[in-house]
Amino acid sequence: MSKIVEGLFYSEDHDWVKVEGDVAIVGISDHAQHQLGEIVYVELPEVDDELSAGDTYGVIESVKAASDSHSPVSGKVVAINEELEDNPGAINEDPYANWVIKVELSDKAELDNLMDSKQYEGFCAE
Amino acid sequence: MHRYIPSTSAEQQELLKSIGANSIEDLFVDIPSNLRFKGDLNIGEGLSELELTKHIQELANKNESGLTCFMGAGAYDHFSPSVINHIALRQEFFTAYTPYQPEISQGTVTAIFEFQTMMSRLTGMEVTNASMYDGQTATAEAVALACENTKRSKIVVSAGLGKDTIEVIKTADETKGIEIIVAPLKDGATDIEATKALMGDDVAGLVVKSPNFFGIVEDLGALEAVAHSDKKSMFIVNTDPSSLGILKAPGEFGADVVVGEAQTLGIPMSFGGPYLGFLSVNKKLVRKIPGRVVGQSTDAEGNRAFVLTLQAREQHIRRYKATSNICSNQGLIMLMATIYMSLMGEQGLKEVATQSMQKAHYAYEKLVATGKFKPMFPGKPFFKEFALVADADVKKINEELLKSGILGGYELGKDYAEYGNGVLIAVTEKRTKEEIDELVRIMEAI
Repeated sequence: MSKIVEGLFYSEDHDWVKVEGDVAIVGISDHAQHQLGEIVYVELPEVDDELSAGDTYGVIESVKAASDSHSPVSGKVVAINEELEDNPGAINEDPYANWVIKVELSDKAELDNLMDSKQYEGFCAE
Repeated sequence: MHRYIPSTSAEQQELLKSIGANSIEDLFVDIPSNLRFKGDLNIGEGLSELELTKHIQELANKNESGLTCFMGAGAYDHFSPSVINHIALRQEFFTAYTPYQPEISQGTVTAIFEFQTMMSRLTGMEVTNASMYDGQTATAEAVALACENTKRSKIVVSAGLGKDTIEVIKTADETKGIEIIVAPLKDGATDIEATKALMGDDVAGLVVKSPNFFGIVEDLGALEAVAHSDKKSMFIVNTDPSSLGILKAPGEFGADVVVGEAQTLGIPMSFGGPYLGFLSVNKKLVRKIPGRVVGQSTDAEGNRAFVLTLQAREQHIRRYKATSNICSNQGLIMLMATIYMSLMGEQGLKEVATQSMQKAHYAYEKLVATGKFKPMFPGKPFFKEFALVADADVKKINEELLKSGILGGYELGKDYAEYGNGVLIAVTEKRTKEEIDELVRIMEAI
């Protein structure tokens, strides 16, 4: 059973979002990292890139597949987790501690489109 | 039944019938008739083997061969040890088609690994791909790479790349929406001040060639500073790998991408091809480069083995996302360059570069001393090729040289009206003092 953390928002693309003030911290859920398998490469956007919800901002490559990363929210990228460039496997070890990007939210109302932990649990079970 | 088409008309009818077609024409109905060529191809009737051999021999005889070559301009008459052909023409290498399945072609992937390693050391970079078609297309790929990596759509290229390379970049990259801006030359070298003015935060990078089309060794230190004046913009250097036996590697100047034509590594000129492009980068860009990379691994029994790696984006699951969809390389020519480099070693490459440079400088001094030729770009450092302005008509000089079995320099006026009666002369390690003296004697006499 994959770990789901309460108090976070989740997208259908299996991203988690933690809101701190105006900033959304975005990562990949435990369910997603299990599905992907051993992650070998994370392509990150650049700080200051503007994203709309659903935009592709990078790529996650595992030994099984390479998938686009879509932003669950709109806003400006204010930080990227550069550690992942050298150690992409950190996501496998702890997907909730090893965030990917931080986005300054341009529209907080978008968070309503995301799931809470209960809804996400149901979504993963489907 | 035709000798080379081993099916009878009865067999053809049978084949057609089995798929429900009446005639061969029916197989092409999907192609609109206005797009189809009608009539007979202008290739004449079939010939017997004897007739064909004679015909091809007659055509081949129209080529001038065995000339003493002083022409460069992109293709150079370096020495190619005969052992290269003896190895490269072994049928395991020579007849293989896409020989990359590592389980059956360790020889080829091992050779590619060696090529990548030696080219990386020569260029001062961390990674080299399995090879590109030629220096021009490799440069065009580097431009696409820079634009993709920086997400910018303008690129500044030095006029020192030469017209043909710039044309290839335009052909390959303009259709991708990339704007090519040509930086001018000053005294044959990239005009640093003018180039600075062309850069900006919407430019993906600067592409220069050193030694450039006119043979001049560019000031890569100064050009690197211009390229990197914006922190995202990339520095792309096209270089002649045979010069790197003595010149400082572009990687040491901070190049992000090093490309070029490796025909100079023991590949015969062959009337213009096939040639060998290379593309080298630092590790950071390894997932974005076009083509293939061979990596070292271990097999099930723990033995050292080689595999194609990092190709997911280019050819397989994400090909629609790839910067480039090139999925072929110059395997056999790459093998020849690999054999050449392994035979020459560090000392040999240094020797070739030193001799080429010294002989070129000897020829330059002798020709200028005749008083009939002036340096086109006085005082500029050059490697094995140099431009002169002649008193006499260059075309006439070359005609005269040809009578003595000498292929003279490249007539610059053909492509560069501004360099009027200029001639670009290349001297490799193959040229002897006697040959150079003979060249000077004939050129002086006209």
